[in-house]
Amino acid sequence: MARLRRVNLYTFIVTSIFALLALPLIATLFYALATRWGASLTPDALTVKWFLELWTTPRFLAAFGRSLLVAVGALALSLLLIVPVVFLAHTRYPRLDSVMNGLILLPFAVPPIVSSVGLLQLYAGGPLAIVGTPWILIPTYFTIVLPFMYRALANSLRALDVASLMEAAQLLGASPLKAFFLVVLPNIRVGIQIAVFLAFSFLAGEFVFANMLVGTRFETLQVYLNNIRGASGHFTSALVITLFVFTLILTWLGNRQPAEQEMPADDPDEALTTAITDGLPGPLPSADPEPRHTTHQSSDSAPRGDR
Amino acid sequence: MSAAFKRRLTSPVMWLLPFALIFGAFQIAPLVWVMISAFKTPTGWGLANFHEIASSAFFRQAIWRSLEISFMSSVLGLAIAAVTCHSMQRCGPRLTRMMIAFTNMTSNFAGVPLAFAFIILMGANGMLTLMLERFGLLEDFNLYSRTGLIVIYIWFQIPLGILLLYPAFSTLKTEWREAASLLGANRLAYWQHIGLPVLWPSLAGTLTVLFANAMGAYATVYALVNTSYNLMTIRIANLVSGDLFLQPELASALALVLVVILIIVTLIQQWLMRRSYHVTSR
Repeated sequence: MARLRRVNLYTFIVTSIFALLALPLIATLFYALATRWGASLTPDALTVKWFLELWTTPRFLAAFGRSLLVAVGALALSLLLIVPVVFLAHTRYPRLDSVMNGLILLPFAVPPIVSSVGLLQLYAGGPLAIVGTPWILIPTYFTIVLPFMYRALANSLRALDVASLMEAAQLLGASPLKAFFLVVLPNIRVGIQIAVFLAFSFLAGEFVFANMLVGTRFETLQVYLNNIRGASGHFTSALVITLFVFTLILTWLGNRQPAEQEMPADDPDEALTTAITDGLPGPLPSADPEPRHTTHQSSDSAPRGDR
Repeated sequence: MSAAFKRRLTSPVMWLLPFALIFGAFQIAPLVWVMISAFKTPTGWGLANFHEIASSAFFRQAIWRSLEISFMSSVLGLAIAAVTCHSMQRCGPRLTRMMIAFTNMTSNFAGVPLAFAFIILMGANGMLTLMLERFGLLEDFNLYSRTGLIVIYIWFQIPLGILLLYPAFSTLKTEWREAASLLGANRLAYWQHIGLPVLWPSLAGTLTVLFANAMGAYATVYALVNTSYNLMTIRIANLVSGDLFLQPELASALALVLVVILIIVTLIQQWLMRRSYHVTSR
């Protein structure tokens, strides 16, 4: 009897924390759907007009397009730069992997506000005057997605045993490049996809760099949201909900468990716990296409709660 | 073109160069620049910037408030996350799965949208504010005050805390608890001798991450109070991109103070870990 009560207590705790976390979102959703909301407890009536108004606002659509453009650019750049490094670290230069694992802590350890002080000074003038243009955001975003892109790709490669795979391909007469493109890449495609979706949802929420380095000169979604603070609360609520649903879809795509292939991936629990017990300054996300426990999905959270 | 040069061109090291260049230019160089320019003075080099920070009550207040809010929100956030993780171990797998999925989503929902959601929920005419005032449970809650900021900070610390702590909590085996109780240990003794020693490294590590997360937080506060609440990150941003006169060297010095605080906190944690008794088998 006492045992039963205790079980209920635990369920109650989890449910109430869940409700607590969901509360601001639910309130915003209601506000976005209300026709008018004076100082009363309930809205007058429900409507979708705020959403329709938002989705037909040119400025919003432009900001959305810019956010997409920067995120796609940053992710393409990340893949181009990281894939060769992670591949070499797992085939030819095992020592490179430990160097990289140290390096990728930097974006975690240094708050964006600190980096942007330096970036503003370095690229405001001189030969590379890219402050105020999207060209500074793309490489900067590459640095912030680097930690978990690298971890995700490293985990995929380790699960593959890429060294023996390359050896086999080359024994069969393939050049290293050919082996990489025809054998390794198709095998880590799922890992790459997951990393890309999660990085995407993370970049869609980035504000600090976007506002500090570029601001209104290239208005991305988050900067737009901040700039229309004076607009109707219902309108901004519709934007907040739209952003959240967008993040939700991306996170869902990233955490979906691909059915088409079996991959004995690293246990994310272990990676995270080890990272923490070693006292690293940040969580080390790890893409895990196939969580071993059904109760725990891979913790590919963004490294910082506030961006 | 000599053969040797050609070979060097196709050597694997060439593939590492682009990465090194971009990472160096956009991650390492800005940091080095901050370190250098923090010591720049109008007349040459020196500690004048740090002297100015230390002697200004305004900057001292910003540092103090950042530390205070970060400490409060990370300790409370960690406590709530720990209780939640412990409870998740003991309720249905479906609820746990849902919770993990939800914390994954909300950990990506911070910054400006979060500040707006909180204004709607707990602002002067917020739904929750009105409701609680209606029931007489709330006198005057001000979202734009210290308490309000701590509440928001805790909100974004909880999901991160859960994501970081959950793996550690799932290493606690049910058999240990059973064995302990067979040997006559009550719940308190179990936690004192088994639970906490096993969890302690993760708790300390997570607390450090949450603290650093709060110290570096900027988007949420900026969206909420713009520049009217005095915090380190707000001051740094204002010194390099404010509307008044810019003082990039002073911003660098303050940014360096922030980085040094984070380093000190991490070192303290490492030192505590070394002194602590490790149970984790690796």
